[in-house]
Amino acid sequence: MAKAMLNDVNKCIGCRACQVACKEWHDLPAEQTTNRGTYENPPDLSADTWTKIIFKEYSNDGTLRWLFRKEQCMHCTNAPCVNVCPSDALQRHPTLGFVTYDRHKCTGCGYCVEFCPFDIPRMDKESNKLLGTGLMGGKCDFCFDRVSNGLEPACAKACPTGAIKFGEWEDLVAEGKQRVEALKENHPDANFYGEHELGGLHMLYVLDEKPEVYDLPVGPQMPAAATALNVGEWTGVGLGLLVGGGMLGAAMLARARMIEGKKEEESAED
Amino acid sequence: MKLCGGTAAGAALLGMLGPESFAEAAPIDIPLRKRIGEKTSICCYCGVGCGVIVASDENGKATSIEGDPDHPINQGALCSKGASLIQVTNNERRLDKVLYRAPYSSDWEEVSWDWAIDKIARNIKKTRDENWTYEDERGRIVNHTEAIGWDGSAVVNNEEAYLFTKFARALGITYLEHCARLCHSSTVAALGSSFGRGAMTNHWIDIKNSNCIMIIGSNAAENHPLAFKWVTEAMEQDAELISVDPRFTRTSSKADTYARMRSGTDVAFIGGMIKYVIEDIEGHPENYNMTYIKEYTNATLLVDPGFKGPADLDGLFSGYDPAKRAYDRSTWVYQLDEKGIPKRDTSLKDPNCVFQLLKKQYSRYDVDTVCSVTGTAKDVYRKVCETYAATGKPDKSATIIYAMGTTQHTNAAQMIRSYSMLQLLLGNIGVAGGGINAARGQSNVQGSTDHCVLYHILPGYLKTPHPEDVDLEAYLKHYTPTSNDPLSANWWGNYDKYIVSLLKAWYGDAASASNDFAYEYLPKVEGDHSHIAAAEAMNDGIIKGFMSPGHNTAVSGPNANLEREWLGNLDWLMVSDLWESETAAFWKRPGVDPAQIKTEVFLLPAQASMEKEGSITNSGRWSQWRYKCCDGPDMARSDLWMVTELIKKVKELYDTEGGEYPDPILNLAWDYGDPPDVHKVAKEINGYDLEAGELLPSFTKLKSDGTTSSGNWLYCASYTEDGNMAARRDPTQTPEQANIGLYPNWSWCWPVNRRIIYNRASVDLDGNPFNPDKPVINWHPLRGKWEGDVPDGGWPPMSQEGTKLPFIMTSEGRGHIFAPGTLLKDGPIPEHYEPWESPVGNLLSNTQSDPAVTIWKSLVKGDASKYPIVATTYRVSEHWLAGQMTRNLPWLVELMPEMFVEVSEELAEEKGIENGKKVIVESARGKIEAVAVVTKRFTPFSINGKRVHQIGMPWHWGYMGLSKGDSANVLTPNIGDANTTIPEYKAFLCDIMAK
Repeated sequence: MAKAMLNDVNKCIGCRACQVACKEWHDLPAEQTTNRGTYENPPDLSADTWTKIIFKEYSNDGTLRWLFRKEQCMHCTNAPCVNVCPSDALQRHPTLGFVTYDRHKCTGCGYCVEFCPFDIPRMDKESNKLLGTGLMGGKCDFCFDRVSNGLEPACAKACPTGAIKFGEWEDLVAEGKQRVEALKENHPDANFYGEHELGGLHMLYVLDEKPEVYDLPVGPQMPAAATALNVGEWTGVGLGLLVGGGMLGAAMLARARMIEGKKEEESAED
Repeated sequence: MKLCGGTAAGAALLGMLGPESFAEAAPIDIPLRKRIGEKTSICCYCGVGCGVIVASDENGKATSIEGDPDHPINQGALCSKGASLIQVTNNERRLDKVLYRAPYSSDWEEVSWDWAIDKIARNIKKTRDENWTYEDERGRIVNHTEAIGWDGSAVVNNEEAYLFTKFARALGITYLEHCARLCHSSTVAALGSSFGRGAMTNHWIDIKNSNCIMIIGSNAAENHPLAFKWVTEAMEQDAELISVDPRFTRTSSKADTYARMRSGTDVAFIGGMIKYVIEDIEGHPENYNMTYIKEYTNATLLVDPGFKGPADLDGLFSGYDPAKRAYDRSTWVYQLDEKGIPKRDTSLKDPNCVFQLLKKQYSRYDVDTVCSVTGTAKDVYRKVCETYAATGKPDKSATIIYAMGTTQHTNAAQMIRSYSMLQLLLGNIGVAGGGINAARGQSNVQGSTDHCVLYHILPGYLKTPHPEDVDLEAYLKHYTPTSNDPLSANWWGNYDKYIVSLLKAWYGDAASASNDFAYEYLPKVEGDHSHIAAAEAMNDGIIKGFMSPGHNTAVSGPNANLEREWLGNLDWLMVSDLWESETAAFWKRPGVDPAQIKTEVFLLPAQASMEKEGSITNSGRWSQWRYKCCDGPDMARSDLWMVTELIKKVKELYDTEGGEYPDPILNLAWDYGDPPDVHKVAKEINGYDLEAGELLPSFTKLKSDGTTSSGNWLYCASYTEDGNMAARRDPTQTPEQANIGLYPNWSWCWPVNRRIIYNRASVDLDGNPFNPDKPVINWHPLRGKWEGDVPDGGWPPMSQEGTKLPFIMTSEGRGHIFAPGTLLKDGPIPEHYEPWESPVGNLLSNTQSDPAVTIWKSLVKGDASKYPIVATTYRVSEHWLAGQMTRNLPWLVELMPEMFVEVSEELAEEKGIENGKKVIVESARGKIEAVAVVTKRFTPFSINGKRVHQIGMPWHWGYMGLSKGDSANVLTPNIGDANTTIPEYKAFLCDIMAK
């Protein structure tokens, strides 16, 4: 029922077909970039770049490796961004499981940027929103339109080596964990990332080095402030209290008037 | 006060609580933001040939392009270039005008198609008439002009490439080339001389069947990512991946074993592996396929005792003439018995048998010596030898994937030969998961090579006639190989059928037995007319007019500064392209004054691949039909249309005005309709039974009596009475075919849809597969025929009557471990030579570099004292070749925005170079600026105890386009392989400094 994507860093060749496919499908513009001494570009995610490959030269006890990892919204089950969004711009899809974004509702408050444990959402400076050129935008939208029409996301389709797979969450967790076991022979630190983190991520990773080597947070948590400051709920409760209190007050006032009126009537009859 | 009012208010209140439950929920599904297309095409970039699907709007403009999920090779996936195809067709930088630059002008002016075609045709006629040679100074009829050059293209459709070669030959052009010369010409020479056909032996999907994949001189994950899909599949089945490269690349990052190897030392590397295998064969023959070695290769054949090799002659072979820098190859031949059949020693012990000569040659290539030359760590090298040699077992196979890292050297053909020899010793040719997978880099370089847009060959790899070939009979005598051995199919014995059928296709009724089938119309060519030679001819003012469709020589030619300068010697230049390329704009490049440049330039706007219909042939020899999916700029035209308009005009001019020897032009058959119908061209290429008026089913029906025609015998069977075979999209396979991913009903491949060539070497003498788990073909004894792939010759197994040896295109029927006779110019077996520019001496002998290489007069050599660093050039996944097809696309420029050079951390420290900062790289030929990428992936080599640095850089950049930058080829030397003059782009000397 719930969908997911499995990113297998060990199969990734860093070709960036996924980066281009994402832009092609969503008609996102290219950014101006320079060569900063790496193949990695653009330097950061943005309102116009929803996914990118991180390149890292890594020397593990003398053996050189060149690591590639696709970075994008992790579509957490217990997504802090969804909790903190005051305007329902970010929501959890009830059946497919990923995090949707509706820019029409975005107020530009920036709480999601502050509370995402993976540092994914990016504000567009001009419009002060997570921008997008369509209804859904600003961050990976799991190709919601493709998925709900029985197709796979653009990046998963484009990936030449099958490093990105799309399917059922349970199936991909099982497949990913099997793959991790097979990798352990040559990569003893291989691990599976996303099964339990934040209630389960819908972007799962087969990693062949520890998460921190791939710049992934170990055991990311729902930030305490995001739980306490469940803005929407508190706003609603606060408002409810206010209004409820107001209504109570009005009712009391009405009753008081009624009693007053009755008293007047009674005194008039005397 | 009513209670119900309170309730309603309460309900409204509750509605403001909490985001999910009561707020307007996100939609459960939404429509696709745009349509996904149904029209199919094939990607225009590399030689993998991925399928794409295109959707377009009511104005004919593409709205989405993505991978074709039904295509068996890419299955919907694409690399970053393929994924950005929509920016090729929808791009404001696309040429949408016909442009003309008058002599000495500093601007383009817009002209009409009619005007341009007329002017170009008049230029062609004038240059041809003023520079026509009927008879040369020795009285030989040559019928040619040396004053018009042609270079292009590897990216046009087959039908267009075919018309280019037909057009150029009809005009009598000798300087006819396209970029195959610069990329895989050495492949054709090496594989042709090893096996009989100069092409990739297996195909992309077949890679998944391999037990071991050695990627050497290739960075397949980078430049053939969808081929790497199949490498990944093989690795999922426990195949080992070995990456051999001077630099740790994206391919190396996935490899089980990475072996560093200094650029240009392949022969040493492989030579050591051959030594290992020979010793192991002698020690443990049970681990090898001795039947294959003894019966299918020429290992047992005896060579003339007069033959001597580098072990005896200090790096040379017998017959060397230092004054001519050439060999007399009369000792490089077999000993023949009284019937004229090569003698054999099946014990492999005779000192003159090929096996023993091989052993002698590589006995000097011990591990210590090899690793001193290549800079590889010995333990890694030994591991490579062991792992690879393990595939010598009959039921194991290994494949070698190689590309420019191998092909672009002064001894490139020999490097590729060493791969071929290793594979033959291991029984890896003709089997599933085996072969030599020459990874070609342009969408139709295979097709343009097959249709021979190259000076030295005619469509189907027939030889271009030489002035000594005075008539058809002399020509056939010269080139038709003979064999007295009844076991040898000697398929090239059918030469006459192919050349006559070609002439009938080109000249129709004007070619008949009475006029030698118009043989005289063909221009005769003597001497080297390849790219480097043509550039020299431009320098000397011999070439006055130049036609360059779909080619960007100003970026891709070696010694780019000189080539750009020499373009200025031309009277006129015609370029057709999608973009304003460096070649088209050479007259206004940085640092020159257009007022000093006389060249008249025509820039014709061309249609892109998805904007026209036709076929292209991928590296695996699959000819795939693709369709017009969308419209490009209004003024853009197909090359099919352009060349048709030109020949129409040229014919008209010769018809009305007369001129030099107009017959080959006036009598040239060109009946494709107006506008030309690409299907008619494809049919002509296939060929007809002229009497019945029917398309022929295969080249076995071709005749030499003038009753058949075929524009290219290799493609005969591609468009038959049963239809357009290249357009087939049928994934049906038998279980055996599906087992190895053969896909015989998808598209069509040459020859005669045989997917794995030399496949009769995959079975034993009784016709049973050596590897019963992955059979390619097997003999069905009851049915008396082969099943599986199309057999490479339908003769019965070797143990039966009427059989033939499996390498049917070689004269003796066997795979060439030793390449006899005049097949190659610099040796029948490879010897290590240093690149022409090298910082070290040759450890194997005192013959420093390939002794048969032509030294051009314009060549400037850099000395290691001034330029001590080894430099190489390469590509990135995100850009393509000379760059005009990718440096104009915003999404690709975003990924790779600037020219850069990769430098080791050690060298960076020595030179004070900082990561991300500009540097200058200089060679004896020029200097360029680039951004430094300081990396762990290059480290200094230790070569014979000496520290040698190596740097590398992509060569995609030039002074035009959305992303501009300096061209790496400003640095490279214009010297090339001894056999094909493919330039040595891959190993030269330079120095580097911080800017």
